[in-house]
Amino acid sequence: MTQTFEKYFVPEPSKYPIFGSIALLLFGSGAAMWLNGFKAGPWAFFLGIAVLVFMLFGWFGQVVHESEGGKYGRKVDRSFRWSMGWFIFSEVMFFAAFFGALFYARVLSVPWLATGDTVELLWQGFAGGWPTAGPDKPDPFTPMTAWGIPALNTLILLSSGATLTWAHHGLRHDKRSQLKLGLLVTILLGVLFLSLQIYEYRHAYAELNLRLDTGIYGSTFYLLTGFHGMHVTVGAIMLTVMLGRALAGHFTPDSHFGFEAAAWYWHFVDVVWLLLFVVVYLL
Amino acid sequence: MAAVMSDHAHGDHHGPTGLMRWITTTNHKDIGTMYLVFSFIMFLSGGVMALTIRAELFQPGLQVVQPEFFNQLTTMHGLVMVFGAIMPAFVGFANWQIPLMIGACDMAFARMNNWSFWLLPPAATLLIGSFFVPGGATAAGWTLYAPLSVQMGMGMDMAIFAIHIMGVSSIMGAINIVVTILNMRAPGMTMMKMPLFCWTWLITAYLLIAVMPVLAGAVTMVLTDRHFGTSFFSAAGGGDPVMYQHIFWFFGHPEVYIMILPAFGIISQIIPTFARKPLFGYASMVYATASIAILSFSVWAHHMFTTGMPAVGQLFFMYATMLIAVPTGVKVFNWVATMWRGSMTFETPMLFAVGFIFVFTMGGFTGLICAIAPIDIQVQDTYYVVAHFHYVLVAGSLFALFAGAYYWLPKWTGHMPDERIGKLHFWCSIVFFNITFFPMHFLGLAGMPRRIPDYALQFADFNMLASIGAFGFGLSQLIFLAAVVKCVRGGEKAAARAWEGAEGLEWTVPSPAPHHTFEEAPVVK
Repeated sequence: MTQTFEKYFVPEPSKYPIFGSIALLLFGSGAAMWLNGFKAGPWAFFLGIAVLVFMLFGWFGQVVHESEGGKYGRKVDRSFRWSMGWFIFSEVMFFAAFFGALFYARVLSVPWLATGDTVELLWQGFAGGWPTAGPDKPDPFTPMTAWGIPALNTLILLSSGATLTWAHHGLRHDKRSQLKLGLLVTILLGVLFLSLQIYEYRHAYAELNLRLDTGIYGSTFYLLTGFHGMHVTVGAIMLTVMLGRALAGHFTPDSHFGFEAAAWYWHFVDVVWLLLFVVVYLL
Repeated sequence: MAAVMSDHAHGDHHGPTGLMRWITTTNHKDIGTMYLVFSFIMFLSGGVMALTIRAELFQPGLQVVQPEFFNQLTTMHGLVMVFGAIMPAFVGFANWQIPLMIGACDMAFARMNNWSFWLLPPAATLLIGSFFVPGGATAAGWTLYAPLSVQMGMGMDMAIFAIHIMGVSSIMGAINIVVTILNMRAPGMTMMKMPLFCWTWLITAYLLIAVMPVLAGAVTMVLTDRHFGTSFFSAAGGGDPVMYQHIFWFFGHPEVYIMILPAFGIISQIIPTFARKPLFGYASMVYATASIAILSFSVWAHHMFTTGMPAVGQLFFMYATMLIAVPTGVKVFNWVATMWRGSMTFETPMLFAVGFIFVFTMGGFTGLICAIAPIDIQVQDTYYVVAHFHYVLVAGSLFALFAGAYYWLPKWTGHMPDERIGKLHFWCSIVFFNITFFPMHFLGLAGMPRRIPDYALQFADFNMLASIGAFGFGLSQLIFLAAVVKCVRGGEKAAARAWEGAEGLEWTVPSPAPHHTFEEAPVVK
């Protein structure tokens, strides 16, 4: 217990959090106004996003600066590790709500709608089964198939996980060009994935008649894949920042948690996709 | 002591002053204070709503508010009290006390800590502001059940975004607390030496991280059902309104324990102090807290016995719920055993703690009654349920908050709270609390439904009694305000160890605690 005591870095007072709060107030009130037809809505909404971007740039910029300035000791590094892990867990729980909804609809509520009084009195002839747009949505649609773009996307995301790990190996063995190349390829694969997702959405809307309002199938399909796509976008932005930092000469072979956090996040997004591929597309 | 006081008066605080100090602060004590002040303001706002409800229910018939507005009031009273008053108040305690109790210099993420707090005023602005938009605030009940919540006006959207923002705040706050406890403990402060308040908050923080995102998912589905044509909660599209209830209560039941576990922690600090004995069964307290938290994930559908569920499901959720009485019983037993043959004195914190045990246990018992499916089918959505959860939330969470406030005020302000005012506050609170809520058991058993602005004549007497009690209880809280203001402005100087039997690191630093404490970690033996 007599080892030298490492002073934990406590930041100075900061102006950034209040900008974040103002941003979310503008964002939330703007969205509420927009959805209810107020002209000021979009203005407040996009202003909120702009303030949020400013805040994120400033705040993370300061964190990077402090990190490169050597202010974070081993203990702070451990704090970052714990917090990133639990943050990802909270994201898992967010997705769990939507996976839960899909499970509930497929296993419980749709079969219940096709039995008993509901089918006899309310919606005669509703057969249940999956995929379905529900008993009262007669508009026919074609469901998504797994083999095609989704399978290709699975391959792309899995490869991006591999290239990211390759980049990490480069960083750990101080092969900076391997780090940069690996990151670049990972980001490009992420962008390719997103482009294919957008193409798939357009295809679904234009040719499959599969839309957000296509009953419970459309709801779960678009919200699950949509939120996943948003997370891929965020992950790609994180990796892009890491690429920028790598180009600027940041990170050392044994201290680079910023990179690792982004990598953890990327792998998490990867795992969510695998689940999605199985339960949304394949089953 | 005098040197410490003058040192504090001149301030060892650097950086911005005035309002900017509070906006930019990264100090856990400043942030804790802001949480506590904010939650008290929200408590008074929610209280005014409650009193308007009770004024309307004073007599049968409609006299004070329109039914539509009445529904908005019951909804917003719940949302404001749960998300604005009780939860932030406990986070305020966590901010102030956890670093002091584990010997840390601050929270692990001081800047993020600031943001966790400063997200709450915007969220509250959205929530309270929704009263003033076309259609008024959401009136779907605090649980925001679909399909009602899918049909509401703009106020519902504002409530949804407010919940998103409060969720972000809660998750960041919870991660901060987890990391602080896991990583910032002083040398020698092993997990099983930690004060129980820290343990209960650690477990609460895990619950928050696990369920706040689920709530965010639920209200997001409501939002897309409202505006983007999805069919999560519409049977016509293959969805199910009951699914909303499942997702909501998967959040909602752990949420109940989020609001009571830190209360258990506070009580477990206070009882040993004033019984002048160590806490009986420390390890079993830790395990009981963890068991309650784990079980809380498998009991959610006891809120839904009347919404339709296979009998097997009802049985499972009934037994799982009753199982929670076991670890809770362990806790109550341990508190009583701590007091057994102790040298007890009854200062205000102890009065509130003992009052807590008595009244909370009654709430626990009615909870057990509600857990029994066949009985619950009778009392679902009646005033019996209202009585039950106010016994655990007001006499449980709120009384523990009062107990904790009186207990740690000397550490926060440097002055002892005025015992006469504190005792007056306690006795008024507990008497008026029971006058308000005890009759509701009878009303509920007699069949009076909740969330209804008018009622049949046979319910008149008990309702009048409850309303009188409610106004008494509401006014009693001004005594608390007086006690705190008086304590902040002056009074008997508090020693570092303000209470004779108090144990723990927080009592080794001067009172009031200097702006920065434990910059060099203490060594715990």
